Amino acid sequence: MKTPEEIFEALKNKFGEAVINLATDQPVDPYIEVAPLEVDKVCKFLFEEEGFEFNSLLNLSGVDDANGEKVKDENDNDIIKGGTLSVFYHLESTIHRHKIVLKVSTDRENPEVSSVEDIWRTADWHEREAYDMFGIKFLNHHNLIRILMPYDWEAGYPLRKDYQNPEFYKGMKVPY
Amino acid sequence: MGLLDKQFTDDNIIVTKVEDLLNWARLSSLWQMGFGLACCAIEMMATSASHYDFDRFGVIPRPSPRQSDVIIVSGTVTLKMALRVKRLYEQMPDPKYVISMGSCSNCGGPYWEHGYHVLKGVDRVIPVDVYVPGCPPRPEALLEGLLKLQEKIRNESLVNKKSA
Repeated sequence: MKTPEEIFEALKNKFGEAVINLATDQPVDPYIEVAPLEVDKVCKFLFEEEGFEFNSLLNLSGVDDANGEKVKDENDNDIIKGGTLSVFYHLESTIHRHKIVLKVSTDRENPEVSSVEDIWRTADWHEREAYDMFGIKFLNHHNLIRILMPYDWEAGYPLRKDYQNPEFYKGMKVPY
Repeated sequence: MGLLDKQFTDDNIIVTKVEDLLNWARLSSLWQMGFGLACCAIEMMATSASHYDFDRFGVIPRPSPRQSDVIIVSGTVTLKMALRVKRLYEQMPDPKYVISMGSCSNCGGPYWEHGYHVLKGVDRVIPVDVYVPGCPPRPEALLEGLLKLQEKIRNESLVNKKSA
């Protein structure tokens, strides 16, 4: 069993700059911030290294931080420019009975994160959901298409804070 | 309604109108499409099960729209599903009936304001005969909805199809 501090130390020694910091002052489980394009290597290490062996991905979810600049578009709707989108990874080792949370933050205008679906099969559909709801692109995912919304949905990503629902979809009125 | 009133008095001769006979036959064996969408479907299944016994009204779930008379839209109709519901309805042979079961399929239910994925009422894609309110409706409510549909069919006319 490893504490978050021990895990952070090990990752910091192995990956250096790619591991950003350990947040323990939040009212949630302590999490380690990782660079978005290095997260697959970090996860591979956590999955394979003796003493860690995080063999289970409990959850993978996207978050819209909505920390960009709020501006009006040409139709007077509030939209958000800049800022970040985040992805959280909840890992558990059923061998050592320890858990850790990873966080990556990526640019809202061009959100790209390395895929971890070849490490945990669970990540396949979870990453598709994060793509569907937030538009986060997972690099090297073998089948990154929408999972919940219709495949031909063109109105954007519904869980972004500045999402606007369309008036019609295939001739069906969408608003109440 | 008196279709079978004279069954035993006049030597097995029944006097009735063609309209009444057809309507009686039609309303007594409403085969339902075996199809459920959300939590309402659990109540619909409970209605079919032994405790409430939908079968005593002649309602039997059929595995194909081509063998069905009534579609019970039991649950949340998402935009993605709405296209499929419409296609299933179109595959049913006439005469066909629709029962909209529960708040979601009546008007969007709890998703009416922020449900970016929900169709706000199945009547936006197919014509509904009976609306059953509730979230979800109890089996008794669905039975009442079916009785209302039977009443509607009983008053149908050959000339004017859905005059009820």
